[in-house]
Amino acid sequence: MTLLETLDPVAATGAFAFAWLLIAIPAAIAALLLIAGKVTNGFGHFIATLAPFASFVLAVVYFADLLGADPSERAVELTLFTWISSGAWTLTAGLLIDPLSILFVLLITFVGGLIHIYSIGYMAHDPNRRRFFAYLNLFIAAMLILVLADSYLVLFIGWEGVGLASYLLISFWQERPSAATAGKKAFVVNRIGDLGLLMAIFSMLMLFGTTNFQAVDAGAELIPGHWATLIGFFLLLAACGKSAQVPLQSWLLDAMEGPTPVSALIHAATMVTAGVYLVVRSNALYAQTPTAQIAVALVGTVTLLAGAWIGCAKDDIKKVLAGSTMSQIGYMILAAGIGPAGYAFAIFHLLTHGFFKATMFLGAGSVMHGMNDDTDMRRFGALRKAMPITFVTFAVGYLAIIGFPFFSGFYSKDHIIEAAWANQPVLGVLALIGAGVTAFYMTRLMFMTFLGQARWKDGVHPHESPLSMGVPLIILAVGSFIGGMALNGWIGGWLADAVGAEAPEHASWLPHITVLGIITLLVVAAGVALGWYLFGRQEIPTTAPAGSILTKIGRHDLYADTVNEAIFMRPGVALANGVATLDDVAIDGAVNASGRLPGALGGRVKLLENGYVRTYGLTMVCGAVLVGLSLALSRLV
Amino acid sequence: MNDPYIVLAAILFTIGLVGFLIRRNALVIFMSVELMLNACNLVFISMSQVHGILDGQVAAFFVMVVAAAEVVVGLSIILMIYRSRRSTSVDNLTAMKH
Repeated sequence: MTLLETLDPVAATGAFAFAWLLIAIPAAIAALLLIAGKVTNGFGHFIATLAPFASFVLAVVYFADLLGADPSERAVELTLFTWISSGAWTLTAGLLIDPLSILFVLLITFVGGLIHIYSIGYMAHDPNRRRFFAYLNLFIAAMLILVLADSYLVLFIGWEGVGLASYLLISFWQERPSAATAGKKAFVVNRIGDLGLLMAIFSMLMLFGTTNFQAVDAGAELIPGHWATLIGFFLLLAACGKSAQVPLQSWLLDAMEGPTPVSALIHAATMVTAGVYLVVRSNALYAQTPTAQIAVALVGTVTLLAGAWIGCAKDDIKKVLAGSTMSQIGYMILAAGIGPAGYAFAIFHLLTHGFFKATMFLGAGSVMHGMNDDTDMRRFGALRKAMPITFVTFAVGYLAIIGFPFFSGFYSKDHIIEAAWANQPVLGVLALIGAGVTAFYMTRLMFMTFLGQARWKDGVHPHESPLSMGVPLIILAVGSFIGGMALNGWIGGWLADAVGAEAPEHASWLPHITVLGIITLLVVAAGVALGWYLFGRQEIPTTAPAGSILTKIGRHDLYADTVNEAIFMRPGVALANGVATLDDVAIDGAVNASGRLPGALGGRVKLLENGYVRTYGLTMVCGAVLVGLSLALSRLV
Repeated sequence: MNDPYIVLAAILFTIGLVGFLIRRNALVIFMSVELMLNACNLVFISMSQVHGILDGQVAAFFVMVVAAAEVVVGLSIILMIYRSRRSTSVDNLTAMKH
């Protein structure tokens, strides 16, 4: 166990003293929109859109500052206030701006801001648009708390805030029972993950007396190994809940009930990446526990295959993308599970994925916008002419996710596959297969949606979306294209200190040609070819064919809900019913009986009170006689 | 030699007790109670004589004082009841019934 290189944060000076504004701006706007109410209906969405961009500008300033600083001084800590002071514990709340968190802040505010712009057009006809924007800002604020926190405890506030915002946004169309249910499901499943994070925080408080990142990093190698493993598993559980990893993945597919910008913002670009962030942030702990690390990598691998499987079987365009999100987050978790060699790649893929998945989700929203909110790909087809901007931007996202050379996913995914191959060959091969499957289902989506013959429903007239939706798509598509090239040679060195890894040897925007890279390309090409062979050559039926057993399993989300219902829900309901019956019959019975007994007794005794003096007198005499008799008897004895 | 007093006291007490239990007129019940009290006084005084100490006689005085006070209060209550109801029958006074 070697001592890890970690950054010692310097105190915040100058502009950094105002870092709390990053969070305060969107939070204040959210509060304003919610409290001021209808007054802000007319302009609420504009100021709400400005908020993430204001934070973004601030983040760019900080980023430039960090970029110019000496690598050893690239972490800035801003202590805000003493939060809990009790006995031996003094817990402070503060912000930490380091190479890792600033990247997240940039991604969240920039992609989030574009999604705000897109939502202006997408939600134009919704009567509750103001409330929607308030929730979006609330989400941005919570997510920024999550990534800017300097301790696990503050991170937990953001973690819960993100869960709350996600609940509110998934069930935004609360008049639909399916949306309300989906929101509740996401909330409940996230609670299970939160349990993991809470247990980890409690363990840290017990072991270190603080949850500050620096203190935990420094103390990680001094604690017993089994504690490190235990905390590692707790954090993994938390990451599974938030990042929709197996076995807590079931909420993500249902979460597509929310408005499409929500799917893009929360369930693709930012919120689901919180789990990856948590694991990468806890790198010092995971360095002490190979067991938990392997578990992380395994979970990631299982999820990337499960998500790809689901993506292959679904006909709902948003569900395909949701499956693909699961799968791509699986790649990130796999990379994070590999250890120091993979952390930077996990974050790299997270950033590129944030761009190309947002592009595709917003593109899907644009398609739905033109198709009367239909999501069934079997009723799409030939949309490339009707929606040229959507088609081109979606195609860029498509090329990026399958890893077409020079597009962003090509760089980030190849790195993960290579790192996995070098560390755990089995996982590497599975990740490689996942890449092929990804290419297959995304090709299927492209053919069913944009190419082939039109299979539109009657009365549907596809049209391009307004400019407020088109411009964010174009910007995101540009990001999806150049993101990989721009970051490839730089991100490894930038993150090296923050994640406790060694800076890689010089890398450039040119792809690093290896045998594995060529094999990956071949596998991807095979996936694309298979997709073309099955869905590009022939007419696609408008009703889904029965399909093979694999398709059926995929259509049912690998029966995750069935399993959850059978193992957790039904026994849980039965237990609750049993307890309720016990309460009704036994406990209520006992309590009621104990109440009825004196009542009944009193009913009998009160008959003695007949109001006749002589009865009272006789009673008295009898009493006196009894007393006299007992005295006399006691004398005898 | 004090047996006759005790017997007399027992007879008086029994008369009082029976009167207290069977009569309806509040005044008569009152008189019966007085009879029982005085039966007790008689026992006190007899026993004082037997034992040669004055405690019993002191107790008798106390009983008399209390009985006098009680008569004052009791008779005025009975008088008030009679005024409002034109009757002193205790069987009509059942307002405290359950």
